[in-house]
Amino acid sequence: MTFFGDVATLARKDLLLELRARDTLPAMLLFVVAALVVFHFALPGEAGELAGLGLLWVAILFTALLGLSRAWVAEREQGVLDALVLSPADRSAIWVGKTLSSLAFLVLAEAIALPAFWIFFTNLDAPTVAGVLLADIGLCSVGAFVAAMSTATRARELLLPVLFLPLAIPLVVGGVGASVVDDPGRYLAFLGLYDALFATICWASFEYVVTE
Amino acid sequence: MLPPLAVVLFATAISLIFFWVPEDADDPAQRIFYFHVPIALTAYSCFGWGAWKALRLLWKRDERADLESYVAIHQGTIFGALTLVTGSLWAKATWGQWWLWSSRQLVLFLVLFLFYCAYFMLRFSVEPGPRRANLSAVYALFGVVLTPVSFLAIRLAEDFIHPTVFTRDGPQMTASMFTTFCVSLVAMLTLFATFYSIELAGKRIDMRIRELREALS
Amino acid sequence: MIHARALAKRYGDKRVFAGVDLDVSAGDFALVTGANGSGKTTLLRLLAGLAAPSGGTLRVETERERLGYLAHEPLVYRELTARENLWLFARLYRVPVPGERIGMLLERFGLWDARDERVASYSRGMQQRLALCRALLHEPALLLMDEPYNALDSAGMELLDAELAGSSATFVVATHAPERLAARATAQLALP
Repeated sequence: MTFFGDVATLARKDLLLELRARDTLPAMLLFVVAALVVFHFALPGEAGELAGLGLLWVAILFTALLGLSRAWVAEREQGVLDALVLSPADRSAIWVGKTLSSLAFLVLAEAIALPAFWIFFTNLDAPTVAGVLLADIGLCSVGAFVAAMSTATRARELLLPVLFLPLAIPLVVGGVGASVVDDPGRYLAFLGLYDALFATICWASFEYVVTE
Repeated sequence: MLPPLAVVLFATAISLIFFWVPEDADDPAQRIFYFHVPIALTAYSCFGWGAWKALRLLWKRDERADLESYVAIHQGTIFGALTLVTGSLWAKATWGQWWLWSSRQLVLFLVLFLFYCAYFMLRFSVEPGPRRANLSAVYALFGVVLTPVSFLAIRLAEDFIHPTVFTRDGPQMTASMFTTFCVSLVAMLTLFATFYSIELAGKRIDMRIRELREALS
Repeated sequence: MIHARALAKRYGDKRVFAGVDLDVSAGDFALVTGANGSGKTTLLRLLAGLAAPSGGTLRVETERERLGYLAHEPLVYRELTARENLWLFARLYRVPVPGERIGMLLERFGLWDARDERVASYSRGMQQRLALCRALLHEPALLLMDEPYNALDSAGMELLDAELAGSSATFVVATHAPERLAARATAQLALP
């Protein structure tokens, strides 16, 4: 039970930091809306509703990347990660806490992005929103993990998209499928499968990312 | 012992492919298949071996496994690049296009190729040491999970990207085709084993020289 | 508590140190001395478990709950206040009655008045004092300290002296100016 207590402590700390700094979330919000506007101009007239839905996922993916690139900055720049790793808390709790706070930011950004999409492009149905939420879990869990890896390198944020995008491809497939196809159940189940599999391997191996 | 064996097997495979196995009337470029699929399967084996060594590094703290994992993945990436090239040639010869999004194997390899190229970017961005070994090993293990998940994703994606799918494995393989295929597969795997041991030995010598230089200074 | 034999650490081709032997028992006060760049910080990181040795054996018998670590950087969140930082670590270290302990430490190190200001607004000396609070928060049995007197003014140094004098914990302190602590030291390790 202390595992979840630690997770809550750490996630709360991230939310508090964002409340103080107020830089990541506004940037994500502006980015995603600006991206949607760019997509309007990037789509030829007859492209249609389906192309728009596909581009929604591109917007979500890159908004998530934007937020994730900042996820571990405080820990890395101020060396606090060492202090967290030294504490009795389970190392995986550090990752879960970061995942939850990244998820909170992404969902908040989508709370603006999805209505904007609905206004600018087309309707969003329940399976699409369900797909978004399920994919968010995968994006943030894998994203927070991979972001931690990239901050341990010299290249830092440069490496994050390179490491993240191949891993995110299945999520895009699941999400677009859920939005576009008549029978979205399979795609939602696939997203759930991705989330479960990758959360497990992330949980099991985060220890090795932050220790030698 | 390994290099001569590899040469013999490879020569045998080439002769079987070009001189023995009967040509397929509908698919004149089919010979590429005897290279393409064994190379692909060898690449999978490389990545699997690399992941196994990665697991040994993390689980048993076997430090030698870091280099072994790296070399396996390095070889796997080379075989992967060859898979993409032979696949592209086959697509051009058979269907007139350099790339087929409808080919599940090709698309999967593209995704994995991107993934493993990132492995090297990751590795070369960290100083040599236990941290680099850990990060590389974890990433290699992610590859094992990503492979089936991506394959599933690509299959699912066909439903909304390409409603019409080219059928790939058409007729049953005859006995001679199967034999040739198997010989080619064994040849490729032996090639991997050969390059693997050569590169590993070379890298180990490098490391040893550096250590000695360190100790002397 | 600590047993090290032929301890060595290398980063790639660069050798930081080699052949280090160290034995620390409960109640000891060990000084690690050496010039800048001799590897004092690296040795402490090894003892803390933040880095793995390249060679030799190392056994540290203290669990994370009972280990305190003071690094070069204060290891606190600059955008949080002193109190918020200490509450965070108090929860992670499962400190019983955290409010009391935090209040007491902040008072003792003269940070009570600044407790609700962001650490970013602190001077370097105040940050170091906060780092000390963080390291001492959970009453560790083993304290690893890297240049603890850095950035402290004379008042701060006296506070630290008082803290060290009154403590029965085991200490391993890295310093390039050992005179101040020579009297307390039970053992000294000089890194070449």
